[in-house]
Amino acid sequence: MLLSIQDLKVAFRMGKGVLAEAVKGVSFDIPENTTVALVGESGSGKSVTAMSVLNLLPDNAERSGRILWRGKDLLQTPLGELQALRGKEIACVFQDPMSSLNPVFTVGQQLCEPLIKHLGLGRSAALQRAEALLGEVGIPEPKRRMASYPHEMSGGQQQRVMIAMALACEPKLLIADEPTTALDVTIQRQILELLGKLKTERRMSVLFISHDLGLVGEIADQVVVMRHGGIREQGPVAGIFERPQDDYTKALLACRPSLEGNPARLMVIDDHMAAARGQNSGEGVAQAKAKDPQAPVVLEVRALAKSFWLKQGVFGRREFKAVSNINFQLRKGHTLGVVGESGSGKTTMGLALLRLHEPNRGPEGGEVIFGGQNLLTISARERQAMRRRIQVVFQNPYASLNPRFTIGQTLLEPMTIHGIGSGTADREQRARSLLEKVGLDGRAFGKYPHEFSGGQRQRVAIARCLTLNPEVLVLDEAVSALDVSVQAQVLNLLKDLQDEFGLSYIFISHDLAVVRFISDEVLVMKDGVVVEQASAAQILAAPREDYTKRLLAAIPRGYRAAA
Amino acid sequence: MSAVLSADGALDSALQKSEGVWHAAWRRFKADRVGLVSLIIVVAFLALITLSSTGLVAGKWQAEVGVPNAPPTFVGPAPPQAAGAIETPKGPNVDLSAIDPLAPRYKEWEERSKQFATAETVKAETLPFGADRLGRDVLAKAVKGTEISVFVGVMAALVATLIGTLLGAFGGFFGGKMGDFLEWVYNVFESIPNILLIFAFAAVVGRGVQSVVIILALTGWTGMYRQVRAEFIKHRSREYVRSAEAIGASSASRMFRHILPNVSHVVLVRMGLLTVGFIKAEVILSYLGLGVRVDQVSWGTMLAEAQSELILGHWWQLAAATLFMAVFVTAFSLMADALRDALDPKLRGLE
Repeated sequence: MLLSIQDLKVAFRMGKGVLAEAVKGVSFDIPENTTVALVGESGSGKSVTAMSVLNLLPDNAERSGRILWRGKDLLQTPLGELQALRGKEIACVFQDPMSSLNPVFTVGQQLCEPLIKHLGLGRSAALQRAEALLGEVGIPEPKRRMASYPHEMSGGQQQRVMIAMALACEPKLLIADEPTTALDVTIQRQILELLGKLKTERRMSVLFISHDLGLVGEIADQVVVMRHGGIREQGPVAGIFERPQDDYTKALLACRPSLEGNPARLMVIDDHMAAARGQNSGEGVAQAKAKDPQAPVVLEVRALAKSFWLKQGVFGRREFKAVSNINFQLRKGHTLGVVGESGSGKTTMGLALLRLHEPNRGPEGGEVIFGGQNLLTISARERQAMRRRIQVVFQNPYASLNPRFTIGQTLLEPMTIHGIGSGTADREQRARSLLEKVGLDGRAFGKYPHEFSGGQRQRVAIARCLTLNPEVLVLDEAVSALDVSVQAQVLNLLKDLQDEFGLSYIFISHDLAVVRFISDEVLVMKDGVVVEQASAAQILAAPREDYTKRLLAAIPRGYRAAA
Repeated sequence: MSAVLSADGALDSALQKSEGVWHAAWRRFKADRVGLVSLIIVVAFLALITLSSTGLVAGKWQAEVGVPNAPPTFVGPAPPQAAGAIETPKGPNVDLSAIDPLAPRYKEWEERSKQFATAETVKAETLPFGADRLGRDVLAKAVKGTEISVFVGVMAALVATLIGTLLGAFGGFFGGKMGDFLEWVYNVFESIPNILLIFAFAAVVGRGVQSVVIILALTGWTGMYRQVRAEFIKHRSREYVRSAEAIGASSASRMFRHILPNVSHVVLVRMGLLTVGFIKAEVILSYLGLGVRVDQVSWGTMLAEAQSELILGHWWQLAAATLFMAVFVTAFSLMADALRDALDPKLRGLE
């Protein structure tokens, strides 16, 4: 047994005598040459469990129990010995490669550091070894890449470098904490394959942490499902996926939008667990009802283009076409999905529709016809009126609400600006009813954003848009930052609101499965142009472009018995 | 468990409002013991200033209550001057009336002076904190000096903060031509050595408390401008500001309703540092004779006087001014630090 965690408890001291228990008695084993996945929603204690192995927790953490590394209890090991273990025997890869690499050193320098420090290699030997490592993690032209800085690489390449650094001292155990969450689906697939390949080649073990059970099914041998700091279920991956015992595991498996079948609603953890307890669950499986294909067109985009000025030389500037030649029609009550990898221009397009770019950054072209007017040419005053009717929800619910405003202030502000409702009392009433509509109770009104979870904040952001009675809602990666289970709740909410208010959505996402769930028509974008445009069913059944096929293939499909 | 939860909920809905940002900040501030102590010290100083400006304390600081250079009480009175420096001549007394032309009138003057009562004012041999060369109480001087120095520091910091924040907000939020222009102004100010700039302004504005405030504010806003500008550049493309734009909030509303409260901790801390810096700058100005008028006293003028006294070994005026200044400045900086920690929205998420 490589690592054995026995009855691990972790608590954080919060101020005077207050202990917040994050992990409440967790036990599991990691045998040699095995991938163990820790799965759970945010706040389930999965990261805390993993970080306590090497004691990478903040100072106010208190651990008890036993963590046996090859029979030796790491909780009793002095820091000096632990430091020798870190990186050499047990290595870590974190979620965000962008912030894990030091921007002022070249990739080669950063790779050589652990080699020289831990293995005592000479400079030239370290360089050679680093180059070999870069090749091993699949970076093309490793020799040239040794001299590049982190910002010159893409997110996926940066994560590969992080993995190469972790592998530098040939660790026996690799702890990967959500290593693909910040990456595009296609890159995620590559990283998963890389991890799988390295595991078999080097005969090491991996502790893989993720909130996405579907993803885990593809890579893990053993799965540990955690919730609220405890283990709900653990066992070999086949058992978990084919015969899940625990209600929570079943719910997690059900809530991810899949490519097969298109239900009207996604399963939500609570529904599912309630259903499992013996209440009726028949209504959830109803198929999505067809939409009126002749609904009036609310938004029409013709040859939309947006460029940015790039500085060149001392005074010169060059036009960079971020987006060009985009055409689509959006009908009332319909959803247009926009898919693409990061850098494909999908967000730029969304912001261009709303005119949220700073005008002096670059020119726009084409026409955006909304309510009989071209949004790109109307005056500032007319645009103010238009703002009411076309609204946006951003990706990061932690950043899109003003932390100094109460939820009430946040909701009242747009109504005050546009003079909706008569008087404050009326507006407050409206704000409260909207809060209830998005599934928060009226008590939220006086609270501040930091008191809410990500999913709840996203609901507030949606409610803020709804205060203005918009016709079109641009959802810019609105569910990408959320856990799979919370994502399902917000997607359901969006569908309900669409049915109730006849909203039209422009749904921007990198996740084709999510887009497929909510959209009627899909635009696939790459490098600022539309490569494929078809109905959601068609894209899924018969993708024409290679790029679309790649995106489809990259979606995690959960566990498949080896065939 | 559920009972606890529902009781909690009932309480919550009864209150309807949860803890505000300022309430939460005050709660965190109270938990910071160093911050709390420094706040108490600063408040004590402010009380002292109020009392002295109404004349209740140290109103008669100009009165010469002690013997010149009377030492502090705990040191004890100065040893009597060695009177035997000049020896008394040993010969017989000589009648000088023969050669003194005024001698006949002494009698007459004596008669006239008897018509007035004379009282010998007893000057204190020692004072609690000693006396200066005119016999004025150093403690009273220090209290009165506190009033002027702190007033100058705080007022100048307020004005400089106002200028710096406004310009920084405009420069950072709009950028472009306006940003370039403000950067240019900033660079002009920054390129001149600070003390020279202060001298130049002082030469134009003249002496006096108001002049010092104006001089310090006009030369000291640059750091604030730069920092506020950087924060505004960072925040203007944040999603919450974008969202505000998407719902149609005007530029002014985004700048001052949305962004400013979120960068207020930066402004506050900078203001604290400016206050401390300006108090020291006033000391230097007064020391150089460009500060407050001669009939006023500040920590700076006290230090300036102390220079010549030190040669004679009269250290108490220096000690008093330094002590007051050190305590206030330290307390004020620590308070600003604690305030920053309490107000920073970034730190709050970590709780």
